[in-house]
Amino acid sequence: MAATATREEIEQRVFQALEEFGAEPDQIGPDAEFESLDVDSLDLVELAQIVEDEYGVQLKGEDMEGITTVRQAVDLVMSKLG
Amino acid sequence: MTRKVVITGVGAVTPLGVGARTLHERWTAGQSGIEDGYGRTSEFEPKDHLSIKEVRRSDRYTQLALAAAKEALEDAGWEDGPPGDPERAACVIGTGIGGIGTLENQHIIMRDQGAERISPLSIPLLMANAACGVVAMTHDLRGQSFGTVSACAAGAHAIGMAERLIRYGDADCVVTGGSEAAITPLATAAFGRMEALSDSGISRPFDLRRDGFVMGEGAGILVLEEEEAAKERGARILGVLRGYASTSDAHHLTAPDPSGRGAAKAIELALKDADLEADDVVYVNAHGTSTPLNDRAETQALKTALGAERAKQIPVSSTKSAIGHLLGAAGAVESIATLLALRDRIAPPTLNYEEQEEGLDLDYVPREARPLVNGDTPAIGLSNAFGFGGHNAVLVLEAT
Repeated sequence: MAATATREEIEQRVFQALEEFGAEPDQIGPDAEFESLDVDSLDLVELAQIVEDEYGVQLKGEDMEGITTVRQAVDLVMSKLG
Repeated sequence: MTRKVVITGVGAVTPLGVGARTLHERWTAGQSGIEDGYGRTSEFEPKDHLSIKEVRRSDRYTQLALAAAKEALEDAGWEDGPPGDPERAACVIGTGIGGIGTLENQHIIMRDQGAERISPLSIPLLMANAACGVVAMTHDLRGQSFGTVSACAAGAHAIGMAERLIRYGDADCVVTGGSEAAITPLATAAFGRMEALSDSGISRPFDLRRDGFVMGEGAGILVLEEEEAAKERGARILGVLRGYASTSDAHHLTAPDPSGRGAAKAIELALKDADLEADDVVYVNAHGTSTPLNDRAETQALKTALGAERAKQIPVSSTKSAIGHLLGAAGAVESIATLLALRDRIAPPTLNYEEQEEGLDLDYVPREARPLVNGDTPAIGLSNAFGFGGHNAVLVLEAT
Protein backbone atom coordinates (compact mmCIF):
# COMPACT_ATOMS: atom_id res chain seq x y z
CA MET A 1 0.00 0.00 0.00
CA ALA A 2 2.81 2.38 0.93
CA ALA A 3 4.38 2.09 -2.49
CA THR A 4 1.18 2.95 -4.34
CA ALA A 5 0.20 6.11 -2.45
CA THR A 6 0.56 9.22 -4.59
CA ARG A 7 1.19 12.70 -3.31
CA GLU A 8 -2.29 13.68 -4.32
CA GLU A 9 -3.84 10.79 -2.38
CA ILE A 10 -1.90 11.63 0.75
CA GLU A 11 -2.81 15.30 0.44
CA GLN A 12 -6.48 14.45 0.08
CA ARG A 13 -6.30 12.16 3.10
CA VAL A 14 -4.69 14.93 5.17
CA PHE A 15 -7.36 17.41 4.03
CA GLN A 16 -10.05 14.94 5.06
CA ALA A 17 -8.45 14.43 8.48
CA LEU A 18 -8.21 18.17 9.07
CA GLU A 19 -11.88 18.56 8.25
CA GLU A 20 -12.67 15.80 10.73
CA PHE A 21 -10.60 17.68 13.32
CA GLY A 22 -12.96 20.64 12.91
CA ALA A 23 -11.00 22.91 10.55
CA GLU A 24 -13.10 25.08 8.21
CA PRO A 25 -13.24 23.21 4.86
CA ASP A 26 -12.83 26.36 2.76
CA GLN A 27 -9.63 27.27 4.58
CA ILE A 28 -7.95 23.90 4.07
CA GLY A 29 -5.28 23.89 1.36
CA PRO A 30 -1.61 22.98 0.83
CA ASP A 31 -0.35 26.31 2.16
CA ALA A 32 -2.72 26.56 5.12
CA GLU A 33 -0.99 26.92 8.49
CA PHE A 34 -2.07 24.51 11.17
CA GLU A 35 -2.31 27.32 13.67
CA SER A 36 -4.76 29.28 11.53
CA LEU A 37 -6.81 26.09 11.05
CA ASP A 38 -6.93 25.74 14.86
CA VAL A 39 -5.10 22.43 14.55
CA ASP A 40 -2.87 21.89 17.58
CA SER A 41 -0.30 19.41 18.83
CA LEU A 42 -2.92 16.86 19.93
CA ASP A 43 -4.45 16.93 16.44
CA LEU A 44 -1.03 16.40 14.89
CA VAL A 45 -0.42 13.31 17.00
CA GLU A 46 -3.72 12.00 15.73
CA LEU A 47 -2.78 12.90 12.16
CA ALA A 48 0.45 10.96 12.59
CA GLN A 49 -1.56 7.97 13.75
CA ILE A 50 -3.80 8.13 10.67
CA VAL A 51 -0.79 8.33 8.37
CA GLU A 52 0.80 5.39 10.11
CA ASP A 53 -2.40 3.34 9.90
CA GLU A 54 -2.94 4.01 6.23
CA TYR A 55 0.55 4.32 4.75
CA GLY A 56 2.69 2.42 7.22
CA VAL A 57 4.82 5.48 7.89
CA GLN A 58 6.01 6.01 11.45
CA LEU A 59 6.08 9.63 12.53
CA LYS A 60 7.50 10.53 15.90
CA GLY A 61 7.07 13.74 17.84
CA GLU A 62 10.54 14.94 16.80
CA ASP A 63 9.68 14.38 13.11
CA MET A 64 6.76 16.75 13.50
CA GLU A 65 8.85 19.52 15.03
CA GLY A 66 8.89 22.61 12.85
CA ILE A 67 5.98 21.32 10.73
CA THR A 68 3.59 24.27 10.52
CA THR A 69 1.81 23.89 7.18
CA VAL A 70 -0.16 21.21 5.40
CA ARG A 71 2.42 21.12 2.58
CA GLN A 72 5.25 20.48 5.04
CA ALA A 73 3.29 17.60 6.57
CA VAL A 74 2.67 16.02 3.16
CA ASP A 75 6.35 16.50 2.24
CA LEU A 76 7.33 14.72 5.43
CA VAL A 77 5.10 11.73 4.67
CA MET A 78 6.42 11.56 1.07
CA SER A 79 10.02 11.64 2.28
CA LYS A 80 9.33 8.82 4.73
CA LEU A 81 7.71 6.76 1.99
CA GLY A 82 10.94 7.22 0.13
CA MET B 1 -19.23 42.58 55.73
CA THR B 2 -20.10 39.07 54.59
CA ARG B 3 -20.16 38.60 50.86
CA LYS B 4 -23.45 37.11 49.64
CA VAL B 5 -23.70 34.70 46.76
CA VAL B 6 -26.47 34.98 44.18
CA ILE B 7 -27.46 32.75 41.30
CA THR B 8 -27.72 34.61 38.00
CA GLY B 9 -27.92 31.80 35.45
CA VAL B 10 -28.79 28.12 35.14
CA GLY B 11 -28.42 25.51 32.43
CA ALA B 12 -29.19 21.81 32.30
CA VAL B 13 -29.25 18.85 29.97
CA THR B 14 -31.28 16.03 31.45
CA PRO B 15 -33.36 13.01 30.46
CA LEU B 16 -36.34 15.40 30.38
CA GLY B 17 -34.69 17.39 27.57
CA VAL B 18 -32.29 20.20 26.88
CA GLY B 19 -32.68 23.24 29.09
CA ALA B 20 -33.13 24.05 32.76
CA ARG B 21 -36.68 25.35 32.27
CA THR B 22 -37.53 22.26 30.22
CA LEU B 23 -36.53 20.14 33.20
CA HIS B 24 -38.61 22.25 35.57
CA GLU B 25 -41.70 22.45 33.38
CA ARG B 26 -41.76 18.79 32.39
CA TRP B 27 -41.09 17.48 35.87
CA THR B 28 -43.74 19.81 37.34
CA ALA B 29 -46.17 18.51 34.71
CA GLY B 30 -45.46 14.98 35.92
CA GLN B 31 -43.53 13.82 32.87
CA SER B 32 -40.79 11.21 33.11
CA GLY B 33 -37.53 11.10 31.18
CA ILE B 34 -36.95 7.44 32.00
CA GLU B 35 -37.31 4.91 29.19
CA ASP B 36 -36.54 1.19 29.33
CA GLY B 37 -35.02 1.56 32.78
CA TYR B 38 -32.56 4.34 31.89
CA GLY B 39 -32.62 8.12 32.07
CA ARG B 40 -30.80 9.00 28.85
CA THR B 41 -30.42 12.51 27.47
CA SER B 42 -31.94 11.31 24.21
CA GLU B 43 -32.95 14.81 23.09
CA PHE B 44 -29.33 15.99 23.30
CA GLU B 45 -27.55 16.03 19.93
CA PRO B 46 -23.98 17.28 20.62
CA LYS B 47 -23.51 18.81 17.14
CA ASP B 48 -26.54 21.05 17.66
CA HIS B 49 -24.81 22.74 20.58
CA LEU B 50 -21.06 22.34 20.06
CA SER B 51 -18.48 22.80 17.31
CA ILE B 52 -16.92 19.77 15.57
CA LYS B 53 -13.75 20.36 17.55
CA GLU B 54 -15.59 20.59 20.86
CA VAL B 55 -17.38 17.33 20.13
CA ARG B 56 -14.17 15.52 19.15
CA ARG B 57 -12.21 16.88 22.09
CA SER B 58 -14.78 15.90 24.70
CA ASP B 59 -16.10 12.79 26.31
CA ARG B 60 -19.88 12.78 26.46
CA TYR B 61 -19.82 13.99 30.07
CA THR B 62 -17.84 17.06 29.00
CA GLN B 63 -20.17 17.63 26.02
CA LEU B 64 -23.10 17.70 28.42
CA ALA B 65 -21.28 20.15 30.72
CA LEU B 66 -20.37 22.42 27.79
CA ALA B 67 -23.96 22.56 26.58
CA ALA B 68 -25.32 23.24 30.07
CA ALA B 69 -22.64 25.90 30.65
CA LYS B 70 -23.50 27.68 27.41
CA GLU B 71 -27.12 27.86 28.46
CA ALA B 72 -26.24 29.03 31.98
CA LEU B 73 -23.90 31.79 30.77
CA GLU B 74 -26.44 33.04 28.24
CA ASP B 75 -29.07 32.93 30.98
CA ALA B 76 -26.79 35.06 33.17
CA GLY B 77 -26.36 37.55 30.35
CA TRP B 78 -22.63 36.91 30.00
CA GLU B 79 -21.15 37.78 26.64
CA ASP B 80 -17.68 36.66 25.56
CA GLY B 81 -16.53 35.48 28.94
CA PRO B 82 -17.14 36.65 32.48
CA PRO B 83 -18.10 40.18 33.47
CA GLY B 84 -15.17 41.98 35.05
CA ASP B 85 -11.68 40.57 35.52
CA PRO B 86 -11.42 37.00 34.11
CA GLU B 87 -8.86 36.21 36.81
CA ARG B 88 -11.63 36.71 39.38
CA ALA B 89 -13.82 34.13 37.58
CA ALA B 90 -13.58 30.54 38.80
CA CYS B 91 -14.87 27.18 37.61
CA VAL B 92 -15.73 24.18 39.81
CA ILE B 93 -17.46 21.20 38.23
CA GLY B 94 -18.01 17.80 39.84
CA THR B 95 -18.42 14.34 38.40
CA GLY B 96 -18.86 10.89 39.85
CA ILE B 97 -16.66 9.02 37.40
CA GLY B 98 -15.63 11.33 34.54
CA GLY B 99 -15.03 10.03 31.03
CA ILE B 100 -15.69 6.37 31.64
CA GLY B 101 -17.14 5.94 28.12
CA THR B 102 -13.79 6.97 26.66
CA LEU B 103 -11.93 4.71 29.07
CA GLU B 104 -14.02 1.70 28.08
CA ASN B 105 -13.78 2.33 24.35
CA GLN B 106 -10.04 2.90 24.41
CA HIS B 107 -9.52 -0.22 26.47
CA ILE B 108 -11.35 -2.23 23.82
CA ILE B 109 -9.11 -0.71 21.12
CA MET B 110 -6.00 -1.51 23.14
CA ARG B 111 -7.11 -5.10 23.70
CA ASP B 112 -8.18 -5.75 20.10
CA GLN B 113 -5.74 -3.63 18.09
CA GLY B 114 -2.81 -2.95 20.40
CA ALA B 115 -1.49 -0.09 22.51
CA GLU B 116 -0.27 1.79 19.42
CA ARG B 117 -3.83 2.30 18.23
CA ILE B 118 -5.28 4.08 21.25
CA SER B 119 -6.12 7.74 20.81
CA PRO B 120 -3.69 10.42 22.00
CA LEU B 121 -6.81 12.18 23.23
CA SER B 122 -7.63 9.34 25.67
CA ILE B 123 -6.34 10.96 28.85
CA PRO B 124 -7.58 14.51 28.19
CA LEU B 125 -11.01 13.09 27.40
CA LEU B 126 -11.37 10.65 30.28
CA MET B 127 -9.88 12.66 33.14
CA ALA B 128 -12.39 13.62 35.82
CA ASN B 129 -11.40 17.30 35.64
CA ALA B 130 -11.87 17.50 31.86
CA ALA B 131 -15.32 19.08 32.02
CA CYS B 132 -14.04 21.77 34.39
CA GLY B 133 -10.92 22.45 32.35
CA VAL B 134 -12.77 22.64 29.04
CA VAL B 135 -15.53 24.89 30.38
CA ALA B 136 -12.93 27.23 31.94
CA MET B 137 -10.97 27.32 28.67
CA THR B 138 -14.04 27.89 26.53
CA HIS B 139 -15.26 30.84 28.58
CA ASP B 140 -11.96 32.42 29.65
CA LEU B 141 -12.39 31.70 33.35
CA ARG B 142 -8.86 32.30 34.66
CA GLY B 143 -9.35 32.08 38.41
CA GLN B 144 -9.33 28.82 40.35
CA SER B 145 -10.65 25.80 38.52
CA PHE B 146 -10.87 22.22 39.69
CA GLY B 147 -13.17 19.23 39.79
CA THR B 148 -14.82 17.74 42.83
CA VAL B 149 -14.98 13.99 43.28
CA SER B 150 -17.45 12.64 45.82
CA ALA B 151 -19.62 10.22 43.82
CA CYS B 152 -23.25 11.30 43.89
CA ALA B 153 -22.52 14.33 46.07
CA ALA B 154 -19.95 15.76 43.62
CA GLY B 155 -22.28 18.29 41.98
CA ALA B 156 -23.44 19.65 45.33
CA HIS B 157 -19.89 19.75 46.66
CA ALA B 158 -18.83 21.73 43.59
CA ILE B 159 -21.54 24.32 44.20
CA GLY B 160 -20.69 24.46 47.90
CA MET B 161 -17.01 25.05 47.14
CA ALA B 162 -17.95 27.65 44.54
CA GLU B 163 -20.05 29.46 47.11
CA ARG B 164 -17.11 29.46 49.51
CA LEU B 165 -14.73 30.84 46.85
CA ILE B 166 -16.96 33.88 46.47
CA ARG B 167 -17.76 34.29 50.13
CA TYR B 168 -14.09 34.01 51.09
CA GLY B 169 -13.14 36.57 48.49
CA ASP B 170 -11.13 34.31 46.19
CA ALA B 171 -13.49 34.89 43.26
CA ASP B 172 -16.26 37.26 42.22
CA CYS B 173 -18.08 34.74 40.03
CA VAL B 174 -17.99 30.98 39.54
CA VAL B 175 -19.33 28.68 36.86
CA THR B 176 -20.19 25.54 38.77
CA GLY B 177 -22.18 22.33 38.76
CA GLY B 178 -21.85 18.68 37.83
CA SER B 179 -21.84 16.36 34.88
CA GLU B 180 -22.09 12.63 34.26
CA ALA B 181 -22.36 10.22 31.33
CA ALA B 182 -21.92 6.79 32.82
CA ILE B 183 -24.61 4.77 31.05
CA THR B 184 -21.86 2.57 29.65
CA PRO B 185 -21.51 -1.23 29.57
CA LEU B 186 -18.98 -1.43 32.41
CA ALA B 187 -20.59 1.14 34.71
CA THR B 188 -24.11 -0.24 34.32
CA ALA B 189 -22.91 -3.82 34.81
CA ALA B 190 -20.91 -2.81 37.87
CA PHE B 191 -23.77 -0.94 39.53
CA GLY B 192 -25.96 -3.91 38.65
CA ARG B 193 -23.58 -6.36 40.26
CA MET B 194 -23.71 -4.46 43.54
CA GLU B 195 -27.52 -4.63 43.36
CA ALA B 196 -27.84 -0.86 43.49
CA LEU B 197 -29.90 -0.65 40.30
CA SER B 198 -33.63 -1.11 40.09
CA ASP B 199 -34.68 -4.49 38.65
CA SER B 200 -38.08 -3.10 37.75
CA GLY B 201 -36.54 -0.11 35.97
CA ILE B 202 -38.91 2.16 37.87
CA SER B 203 -37.65 5.06 39.94
CA ARG B 204 -40.07 5.38 42.86
CA PRO B 205 -38.35 7.11 45.75
CA PHE B 206 -39.81 6.56 49.24
CA ASP B 207 -42.40 4.05 47.94
CA LEU B 208 -42.66 0.68 49.71
CA ARG B 209 -41.92 -1.14 46.42
CA ARG B 210 -38.74 0.80 45.53
CA ASP B 211 -36.00 -1.57 44.43
CA GLY B 212 -32.96 0.50 43.55
CA PHE B 213 -32.00 3.51 41.47
CA VAL B 214 -32.36 4.07 37.75
CA MET B 215 -29.19 5.31 36.06
CA GLY B 216 -29.39 8.67 34.39
CA GLU B 217 -27.02 11.05 32.64
CA GLY B 218 -26.83 14.79 32.20
CA ALA B 219 -25.35 18.01 33.47
CA GLY B 220 -26.40 21.02 35.49
CA ILE B 221 -24.44 24.29 35.56
CA LEU B 222 -25.08 27.42 37.61
CA VAL B 223 -23.55 30.87 37.44
CA LEU B 224 -22.84 32.22 40.92
CA GLU B 225 -21.88 35.84 41.47
CA GLU B 226 -21.09 38.06 44.40
CA GLU B 227 -24.29 39.96 45.12
CA GLU B 228 -22.96 43.52 44.90
CA ALA B 229 -21.08 42.84 41.67
CA ALA B 230 -24.16 41.21 40.17
CA LYS B 231 -26.36 44.15 41.15
CA GLU B 232 -23.83 46.60 39.81
CA ARG B 233 -23.91 45.08 36.35
CA GLY B 234 -27.69 44.95 36.46
CA ALA B 235 -27.89 41.16 36.45
CA ARG B 236 -31.21 39.44 36.88
CA ILE B 237 -30.96 37.53 40.14
CA LEU B 238 -32.70 34.15 40.24
CA GLY B 239 -31.99 33.39 43.86
CA VAL B 240 -29.55 33.37 46.72
CA LEU B 241 -27.33 30.51 47.77
CA ARG B 242 -27.95 30.97 51.45
CA GLY B 243 -25.94 28.16 52.94
CA TYR B 244 -23.98 24.98 52.50
CA ALA B 245 -22.56 22.26 54.68
CA SER B 246 -20.99 18.88 54.25
CA THR B 247 -20.29 15.94 56.52
CA SER B 248 -19.20 12.32 56.33
CA ASP B 249 -20.95 9.23 57.65
CA ALA B 250 -17.66 7.43 58.41
CA HIS B 251 -19.80 4.32 58.40
CA HIS B 252 -19.66 2.20 55.21
CA LEU B 253 -18.24 2.46 51.70
CA THR B 254 -21.63 2.37 49.99
CA ALA B 255 -24.43 2.12 52.57
CA PRO B 256 -25.68 5.19 54.40
CA ASP B 257 -25.66 5.24 58.17
CA PRO B 258 -29.16 3.85 58.91
CA SER B 259 -29.74 6.51 61.57
CA GLY B 260 -29.09 9.23 58.99
CA ARG B 261 -26.73 10.81 61.48
CA GLY B 262 -24.25 12.29 59.00
CA ALA B 263 -26.96 13.53 56.65
CA ALA B 264 -28.87 15.09 59.54
CA LYS B 265 -25.76 16.89 60.71
CA ALA B 266 -25.17 18.26 57.20
CA ILE B 267 -28.74 19.62 57.10
CA GLU B 268 -28.37 21.20 60.55
CA LEU B 269 -25.04 22.78 59.68
CA ALA B 270 -26.30 24.06 56.32
CA LEU B 271 -29.23 25.78 58.03
CA LYS B 272 -26.89 27.22 60.64
CA ASP B 273 -24.59 28.43 57.85
CA ALA B 274 -27.61 30.14 56.29
CA ASP B 275 -28.65 31.57 59.67
CA LEU B 276 -32.05 29.91 59.30
CA GLU B 277 -34.30 27.58 61.31
CA ALA B 278 -36.27 24.49 60.34
CA ASP B 279 -39.43 26.63 60.34
CA ASP B 280 -37.98 28.73 57.50
CA VAL B 281 -37.77 25.77 55.11
CA VAL B 282 -40.77 25.45 52.78
CA TYR B 283 -39.54 22.72 50.44
CA VAL B 284 -37.01 19.89 50.45
CA ASN B 285 -35.58 18.45 47.25
CA ALA B 286 -34.51 15.06 48.55
CA HIS B 287 -31.59 12.97 47.42
CA GLY B 288 -34.34 10.29 47.20
CA THR B 289 -32.58 7.64 45.14
CA SER B 290 -35.30 4.95 45.23
CA THR B 291 -32.94 2.56 47.01
CA PRO B 292 -34.32 0.92 50.15
CA LEU B 293 -31.47 2.18 52.33
CA ASN B 294 -31.15 5.79 51.21
CA ASP B 295 -34.80 6.73 51.35
CA ARG B 296 -35.22 5.30 54.83
CA ALA B 297 -32.04 6.92 56.20
CA GLU B 298 -32.83 10.25 54.51
CA THR B 299 -36.34 10.31 55.98
CA GLN B 300 -34.80 9.70 59.40
CA ALA B 301 -32.19 12.42 58.80
CA LEU B 302 -34.85 14.99 57.88
CA LYS B 303 -36.80 14.20 61.03
CA THR B 304 -33.67 14.47 63.18
CA ALA B 305 -32.50 17.73 61.64
CA LEU B 306 -35.83 19.53 61.25
CA GLY B 307 -37.76 17.94 64.10
CA ALA B 308 -40.30 15.18 63.40
CA GLU B 309 -43.29 17.52 63.54
CA ARG B 310 -41.83 20.15 61.26
CA ALA B 311 -40.39 17.55 58.85
CA LYS B 312 -43.89 16.15 58.28
CA GLN B 313 -45.24 19.57 57.34
CA ILE B 314 -42.70 20.28 54.59
CA PRO B 315 -43.23 18.94 51.05
CA VAL B 316 -40.34 16.61 50.17
CA SER B 317 -39.94 15.42 46.60
CA SER B 318 -37.32 13.64 44.52
CA THR B 319 -36.27 14.78 41.03
CA LYS B 320 -34.87 11.28 40.53
CA SER B 321 -38.43 9.99 40.22
CA ALA B 322 -38.55 11.77 36.84
CA ILE B 323 -34.97 11.55 35.52
CA GLY B 324 -33.25 8.77 37.47
CA HIS B 325 -29.97 9.17 39.29
CA LEU B 326 -27.52 11.46 37.52
CA LEU B 327 -24.73 10.50 39.94
CA GLY B 328 -22.15 13.31 40.00
CA ALA B 329 -24.52 15.61 38.13
CA ALA B 330 -27.45 14.90 40.46
CA GLY B 331 -26.68 17.49 43.12
CA ALA B 332 -26.25 20.23 40.51
CA VAL B 333 -29.29 19.39 38.37
CA GLU B 334 -31.41 19.02 41.49
CA SER B 335 -30.30 22.31 42.98
CA ILE B 336 -31.42 23.95 39.73
CA ALA B 337 -34.73 22.07 39.94
CA THR B 338 -35.06 23.26 43.54
CA LEU B 339 -34.39 26.88 42.64
CA LEU B 340 -36.88 26.94 39.76
CA ALA B 341 -39.52 25.20 41.87
CA LEU B 342 -39.04 27.75 44.65
CA ARG B 343 -39.26 30.60 42.14
CA ASP B 344 -42.61 29.27 40.93
CA ARG B 345 -43.67 28.55 44.52
CA ILE B 346 -44.46 24.99 43.56
CA ALA B 347 -43.46 21.55 44.84
CA PRO B 348 -42.98 19.19 41.87
CA PRO B 349 -44.15 15.62 42.50
CA THR B 350 -42.43 12.41 43.47
CA LEU B 351 -43.57 10.33 40.51
CA ASN B 352 -44.60 6.69 40.99
CA TYR B 353 -45.06 7.15 44.74
CA GLU B 354 -48.14 5.16 45.79
CA GLU B 355 -47.51 2.80 48.68
CA GLN B 356 -46.32 3.98 52.05
CA GLU B 357 -43.71 2.11 54.05
CA GLU B 358 -43.97 2.13 57.81
CA GLY B 359 -41.85 4.92 59.22
CA LEU B 360 -41.53 6.68 55.87
CA ASP B 361 -44.23 9.14 56.74
CA LEU B 362 -43.21 12.52 55.32
CA ASP B 363 -45.19 14.45 52.72
CA TYR B 364 -43.54 13.11 49.56
CA VAL B 365 -45.81 15.06 47.18
CA PRO B 366 -47.23 12.02 45.40
CA ARG B 367 -48.54 12.07 41.82
CA GLU B 368 -48.83 15.75 41.06
CA ALA B 369 -47.26 19.11 41.77
CA ARG B 370 -48.68 21.28 44.49
CA PRO B 371 -48.44 25.01 45.20
CA LEU B 372 -46.10 25.90 48.04
CA VAL B 373 -47.90 27.77 50.75
CA ASN B 374 -45.49 30.22 52.25
CA GLY B 375 -47.46 33.43 52.55
CA ASP B 376 -45.16 36.43 52.43
CA THR B 377 -42.11 34.60 53.75
CA PRO B 378 -39.10 33.98 51.51
CA ALA B 379 -39.17 30.74 49.50
CA ILE B 380 -36.38 28.73 51.08
CA GLY B 381 -35.55 25.15 50.20
CA LEU B 382 -32.99 22.45 50.81
CA SER B 383 -31.27 20.33 48.18
CA ASN B 384 -29.72 17.14 49.55
CA ALA B 385 -26.98 15.11 47.91
CA PHE B 386 -25.32 12.05 49.37
CA GLY B 387 -22.65 9.86 47.81
CA PHE B 388 -20.96 6.48 48.03
CA GLY B 389 -18.12 6.93 50.45
CA GLY B 390 -20.48 8.45 52.99
CA HIS B 391 -20.32 12.02 51.66
CA ASN B 392 -23.22 14.31 52.55
CA ALA B 393 -23.66 17.76 51.02
CA VAL B 394 -26.61 20.07 51.58
CA LEU B 395 -27.39 23.38 49.91
CA VAL B 396 -29.84 25.99 51.19
CA LEU B 397 -31.44 28.02 48.39
CA GLU B 398 -33.70 31.02 48.43
CA ALA B 399 -35.65 32.11 45.36
CA THR B 400 -36.09 35.78 44.66
